[in-house]
Amino acid sequence: MSGEKTSFLTSKQRRKIRNNLTGYAFIIPNLVGYTVFVFIPVIFSFVLSVMSWDGSQRPMEFVGLANFADIFGDKIFRGTLVHTVSYALMTVLPTLVLALLLAVLLNNKIKGVAIFRTAFYFPYIASIVAVGAVWNMLFQPDFGPVNEILKFLGLKNPPRWVVDKDWAMVAVSIVSVWKYMGYYMIVYLAALQGISSSLYEAASIDGANGWQKLLYITVPMLTPTTFFVLIMLTIQCFKVFDLVYVMTGGGPGNATKTLVNYIYEKAFTSWEFGPASAGAIVLFAIVLVITLIQFSGEKKWSKDL
Amino acid sequence: MNAKRKATKIILYILLIGLGITMMVPFYWMVISSLKLNKDVFSIPMRWWPETMHPENYSVIWKKLPLLIFFKNTAKLTIITTIVQLCTSCFAAYGFTKCKFVGRDLIFLMYVTTIAVPWQVYMVPQFILVSKMGLNDTHLGLILMQAFSAFGVFLIRQFYISIPDELCEAARIDGLNEFGIFRKIVFPLGKPAMATLTIFTFTNVWNDFMGPLIYLKTKELKTVQLGIRMFISQYGADYAWIMAASVCSLIPIVIVFLSCQKFFVEGVAASGIKG
Repeated sequence: MSGEKTSFLTSKQRRKIRNNLTGYAFIIPNLVGYTVFVFIPVIFSFVLSVMSWDGSQRPMEFVGLANFADIFGDKIFRGTLVHTVSYALMTVLPTLVLALLLAVLLNNKIKGVAIFRTAFYFPYIASIVAVGAVWNMLFQPDFGPVNEILKFLGLKNPPRWVVDKDWAMVAVSIVSVWKYMGYYMIVYLAALQGISSSLYEAASIDGANGWQKLLYITVPMLTPTTFFVLIMLTIQCFKVFDLVYVMTGGGPGNATKTLVNYIYEKAFTSWEFGPASAGAIVLFAIVLVITLIQFSGEKKWSKDL
Repeated sequence: MNAKRKATKIILYILLIGLGITMMVPFYWMVISSLKLNKDVFSIPMRWWPETMHPENYSVIWKKLPLLIFFKNTAKLTIITTIVQLCTSCFAAYGFTKCKFVGRDLIFLMYVTTIAVPWQVYMVPQFILVSKMGLNDTHLGLILMQAFSAFGVFLIRQFYISIPDELCEAARIDGLNEFGIFRKIVFPLGKPAMATLTIFTFTNVWNDFMGPLIYLKTKELKTVQLGIRMFISQYGADYAWIMAASVCSLIPIVIVFLSCQKFFVEGVAASGIKG
């Protein structure tokens, strides 16, 4: 059928068309799915953030920046920003330091490395629902093992953890550190294996001891990794939802409600898609800023190396 | 010198064993509590070993909770999502690395710019879209929204780039068509990257909580994570039962983890370095 048509084309042009078709044939399954289920929703979330809509048959209505004014005027929303930032502050550094410590310990020539690595990594792959359930019991204020141990150690009035508005977020942070440090330990281990052993040998000849090697070789050589871990952890903290949802449900009161909890509740319990999307754009802006910092940092290190 | 080295080694072991035990205590506590009576979970003084064993807790929760249905649902979602993601990612990665076509770089740029956007940013419009398609509260909706990821394409693409083009060129001269080159040469060589992606997707979908929480409302469609959550809110004070249910939910992932541990570790390293 197309024989007559294609005879006008040179063989080079024909090859070009065929190359284009095969190329698109390979990417089309993913491209279609990705466009429909990711790309369009991403754009749509910007659109929704300046609209008023409850998802019903009623058409959506353009409201400008009213949704943003709405949420920033909402005490609960401002609270979620404070809670999310304080969660990040309590979680990021301890996770990073402990992950580095574990990686440095495991990077020695010792027997049973695999067993230790499994023990440290295991909390990461355990589901949040199960992990949240067991930690809620461990933190039980009156008879829970954590407070029993604290009392045994001589603390008269141990914190009431998840039922106390000042301590609930601390409890969530502790669980988060415990759960995620194994993951970043593996990231650090991979980076440690990339440090040339000649550096350590040279230091040994110069008479450096273990601590000096750690402080003056290992830590500086790991700076790009530390920066990467810092960025990843911060972004992860701003996205927190499940752990808070299963441990405290955002309570007591609204004491542990985070940014994503707010988006979730606005969208799926009160069906206010506009304010929910405005909240989502705030999250996007935060992650964007962190990502830009990451890019500039990476540029700096690739220049230095 | 030698004595000093020995001492450091002993301290190292003590530190590691101490830390390892601390990390595992919650799981130990979960298992022993699941074998106690509900009223004995918080006995004072604390018991690190139950006086009497009550393994019947497990048959009790098996009757109270349709765990088998939850496991089937989760397995279905996990397996289908993983397969769809693997196939489409490998195809697309081949297109992006080994084929030349108009608009390739532009389309790839679109993937690059959206990879850093967290799912939580677009989950609301995505839910609206899936609902408008009539797929709310179905497994298909949940599969579709998770099956296409830029991360998968990236990971596989990174690996395919390292496969020399000369290899494909030689095959082309031998008369293989593009699909043949993909199926017989590039696809088999990409197995390590696929293992990483499989493990990554498998754990993510198996442990996913927020996705099913938003999409699945019918009890018969729920996943293990949602089921356990439902059980916890129904039987809030039956501590031993809750722990038994939690142990059940962890068993499959423990088996997969212990049997493919190597891939888990390599996967973290690979995706970590990517950033």
